[in-house]
Amino acid sequence: MLSLSHIYKTFNAGTIHEKKALQDLNLHLSSGDFATIVGSNGAGKSTLFNAISGSFLLDSGSVVLEGEDITFLQEHKRSKFIGRLFQDPLMGTAPHMSIEENLSVSYLRASHSSLFSRVKKKDREFFREQLSLLEMGLEDRMNHPVGLLSGGQRQALTLLMATMVTPKLLLLDEHTAALDPKTADKVLELTRNIVEERKITCLMITHNMHQALELGNRTLMMDQGNIVLDLFGQEREGLSVDKLLELFMAKAGKALDNDRILLS
Amino acid sequence: MSGFLTVGIMKTAVELGLIYALVAMALFISYSILNIADLSTDGSYTLGTAVSAVFTISGHPILGIFMAMLSGSLSGFVTAFLQTTLGIESILAGIIVNTGLYTVNLAVMGFSSNLSIFGTDTIFTLFAGDNAFLNEWGVVILLSIIVLLLCFFLKWFFKTGLGLSIRATGDSPAMVRASSINPTFTITVGLCLSNALTGLSGSLIAQYNKTADINLGTGMVTVALASLVIGESIFGKKKLILRLLGVVFGSLLYRSIIALALRLKVPTEAFKLVSACIVALAISSTKVKELLQYSRLRRNAMERQKKEGEKHA
Repeated sequence: MLSLSHIYKTFNAGTIHEKKALQDLNLHLSSGDFATIVGSNGAGKSTLFNAISGSFLLDSGSVVLEGEDITFLQEHKRSKFIGRLFQDPLMGTAPHMSIEENLSVSYLRASHSSLFSRVKKKDREFFREQLSLLEMGLEDRMNHPVGLLSGGQRQALTLLMATMVTPKLLLLDEHTAALDPKTADKVLELTRNIVEERKITCLMITHNMHQALELGNRTLMMDQGNIVLDLFGQEREGLSVDKLLELFMAKAGKALDNDRILLS
Repeated sequence: MSGFLTVGIMKTAVELGLIYALVAMALFISYSILNIADLSTDGSYTLGTAVSAVFTISGHPILGIFMAMLSGSLSGFVTAFLQTTLGIESILAGIIVNTGLYTVNLAVMGFSSNLSIFGTDTIFTLFAGDNAFLNEWGVVILLSIIVLLLCFFLKWFFKTGLGLSIRATGDSPAMVRASSINPTFTITVGLCLSNALTGLSGSLIAQYNKTADINLGTGMVTVALASLVIGESIFGKKKLILRLLGVVFGSLLYRSIIALALRLKVPTEAFKLVSACIVALAISSTKVKELLQYSRLRRNAMERQKKEGEKHA
């Protein structure tokens, strides 16, 4: 499904700010895998996502998705089949456009329609249906500008937009971290439902250790630009947070230092 | 009032207002929708007049209109290319193209600084023919048709997949990066479309005034911005078609103000300063309102404190 082999990325090479962000990183995801990623500050979690979605070109290594080598594919071309959510709920939607128009943008682009096609009545029905699944009453506010929605509503809408046409891969970069606990749970539940129902292959960065073990079928731990721990199957089942931290200590040779994890 | 502002004066104001409304609509696309201050507007407007004048003199006024639109969009393409592919700051890209266009415009006019097109047909004379009524009102009618058609075209266009993508590009760059929209493409299409409208406006003014001048476009961007801002502050930012009609209305209002100023014997040399002031005032109005509100709140609070202080004393 997704294969990353021997990925290297160094920022500001040759200067005093040199940062080896990814070092010989290898990852293989099977179809339908839902992996959570935890790691220390600056471990390269978001850089890994940027590498997969094509925000920059790799120094070396390759990215293969469903048998297609996308290492040198431009970012906007990859976005056709890779959905992505950020921590900041403001980043995924256009504030001055209505809910319907936001949905139309992703729907029209992803459904391979022509440049000049417009949203039809039956598409609008489909939007309503999808919005009602969020149970936030957004289906009755289709003409409201998205800027008026709360962070949680915007993030839920972004999730809908990213998965409206099922992506091959979904990248979630702490997408509930900026929301209040209740809304975060709601968005997380929506995520779980959508991902499970449509068997979307998914990577999710989180700083919540419980989430990391509960959600999905696989847990990855990162440190210094590499995956140091890859847990799945029996090994992962019934694992406690303390045990996980111990394992990390044994592998990385140090304690997990993520201030956000300690605070949560 | 009817004696003060005659029908003739108002008719001219409406005619000019409709022609300049096209530049305001162009800025609506680049400034309001794409969030780019396109400073090549002055140059591509003059390019429109030059191209239109040359074609009209050689007896092809209608072809001149379309060629002016084409050359306008070419200029928009260059501006877009500079700021997307070559990564030049958008304002600087506009200034560079504007500077370059000065020479291009001179070249189009055969290296003379003005062209006169008396004695040949223009689209206005072709439209009016021998009809007495159309000779009087034909210009207003023809321009209204053009402007209204374009308003409805833009309303339709900005609801299509491409149009929505262009709007998203200006509204949320972060969202565009994560979606499959190619900002290079959307910015290019947007600026081509916008500058085609600017070129169209220039081509109409050339045939309307029967002359083209190398300095005609100077300050055009400010004048158009004035119309745009007047329109948006009156009609609001709700429905797309209302915003577009608001821009047209703003342009008509602006021209009426100018007509009024002319009747009040304000010297024409002062117009650029007046429009500069209108734009600065209109754009800063929200901030000024905020500042006034803040100072009022502060004054009230201080007075309250003073009163309470006296009570305790």
